[in-house]
Amino acid sequence: MCAVRGLTKTYPAVRGRRGTPGTPEVRATDDVRLDIRRGEIFGLLGPNGAGKSTLVRQLTGLMRPEHGSVEILGHDIVRHPERAARILAYLGQESTALDELTVSLAAETTGRLRGLDVRRARAERDDVLAELGLTPLAGRPLKKLSGGQRRLACFAAALVGERPLLVLDEPTTGMDPVARRAVWSAVDRRRAERGTTVLLVTHNVIEAETVLDRVAVLDRGRVIACDTPAGLKEQVAGEVRVDLVWRDAAPLHVPEVAALRDRAVESGRRWTLRLGPEEARAVVATVTGGAAFAALDDFTLATPSLEDVYLALGGAAQQGLVKA
Amino acid sequence: MSVVPADVLPGSALAAEEPAACAAELGPRARLWPSLAAVYRAQLSRARVARIPLLFVATFQSIGIMILMRGVVDDGAEAQAVVAGSSVLVVAFVALNLLAQYFGQLRASGGLDHYATLPVPPAAVVLGAAGAYASFTVPGTVVTAVFGCVLFGLPLAHLWILVAVIPLAGAALAGLGAALGLLAPRPELATLLGQLGMSAALLLGVLPADRMPEVVRFARDLLPSTYGVEAFARTFGPDPDWAFVLGDLAVCGVVGVVSLAVATWAYRRAAVR
Repeated sequence: MCAVRGLTKTYPAVRGRRGTPGTPEVRATDDVRLDIRRGEIFGLLGPNGAGKSTLVRQLTGLMRPEHGSVEILGHDIVRHPERAARILAYLGQESTALDELTVSLAAETTGRLRGLDVRRARAERDDVLAELGLTPLAGRPLKKLSGGQRRLACFAAALVGERPLLVLDEPTTGMDPVARRAVWSAVDRRRAERGTTVLLVTHNVIEAETVLDRVAVLDRGRVIACDTPAGLKEQVAGEVRVDLVWRDAAPLHVPEVAALRDRAVESGRRWTLRLGPEEARAVVATVTGGAAFAALDDFTLATPSLEDVYLALGGAAQQGLVKA
Repeated sequence: MSVVPADVLPGSALAAEEPAACAAELGPRARLWPSLAAVYRAQLSRARVARIPLLFVATFQSIGIMILMRGVVDDGAEAQAVVAGSSVLVVAFVALNLLAQYFGQLRASGGLDHYATLPVPPAAVVLGAAGAYASFTVPGTVVTAVFGCVLFGLPLAHLWILVAVIPLAGAALAGLGAALGLLAPRPELATLLGQLGMSAALLLGVLPADRMPEVVRFARDLLPSTYGVEAFARTFGPDPDWAFVLGDLAVCGVVGVVSLAVATWAYRRAAVR
């Protein structure tokens, strides 16, 4: 339903001024190719600055790419960016346009601006607020709500005036588990009843693994992998992650530990190693017995997550996606 | 958490190769007047939450200026200019200054994305916001005008002219404010321009023109609020020349149309980058 081909956008270099260093030219999206199928929850995963937001802005008609094409449900969005607003609903990260409205008015106004008449907008508003459990907060201005509640109210506004494609940029940031569940069950209901498609931008690996049908991993403007979460994990299935947490410092006087140092990613007292299963077993045996054990605070052995996939694929500078 | 597999969903059988030729039906477009009304209503409610203290400030500022000027000006034409200028100053404060700040901040924070991803005509967003800000000047302007008339002993008979002065001066100043806010590359600059515009309306509108040097009088002629002030001031006379009043109001109207058109263009430009 959504086909992206060769999408490229370069931000020009900024010359440094006094006090602010210049930034070189940045390829925010680099020859991006994606196919999103009808009815799936498709994820864009990647660290900050990977180009997720730029890509979403291009898909929603907010930004023109230099090259490439975007086709959503048969409409050319690059040539007719104004059509995007009539095909998709977008939940951005900012709520400033709605902040001073009450939850109820934010949802109703958004529905009316999606072309609903007053009666439909009010009816849909009431349904969506009830569905998301926001009815008790309907009369409160968004500004007075907590971060998660505000996010949920913005999500409610995005749902009023139904669209076949929902583009959600980190929809659950700051939400408690109840609100998160409300979001995903509202999404599921729309998929089951109307075949709604969802494009989800996320940092959160755990959420990505549980809700996404397919995921594209972005790194420095490029799609470095695109598959189901399970499919991606199979690519690194041969590896196991071993986390070692030392009490003070690593016991480098133990030769086996010293030998591991080159392969470990160190962050404070924590060492993270990606190893084959046999090797992992040997390492665990070493550190849980003998001299190393005295220096060990904690250790975990885990099967690969999407984060490991990202790192294994050579994601930027071995930087993690999220602290989870 | 998502329990519905993609392949059991309605219509997903043909998902992979959807023919490009059969484009899906687009959602409805929001029509100008209903969406303008929706934006207007939302903005008005926003103002109710966030702007009431500022409205008091605007009104007290104008009343304070009139009290200060009471000892300086005589009771004739100068008093009329002070009352008219102070009243229109309330409009300048809210419609020009606050609207420039609002759009400046909305643009900088990415809040325009919300409107830009809705099928709403740009004119509806700009006119709805401008109309709401202009409406919010009504109580302050009326209070200022009545207080001024009582203070300077001017007739209240023609105060009905405010019915024309507020929307027309409001359109001109709100259009200017919206355009400045949307065109300013940074929000601080939008705030600065809004403040400068209001200061200009204060200095050039309230102080009697006869005592000004030529250059300042020329600047005064360039400011749209001046024509609102002049139109209003003329009606205090014993036998107002209505042709001139209409002429001044027509200038406000034309500036209003032009500046709102510029603001709409600026919105379109700011929304899609």
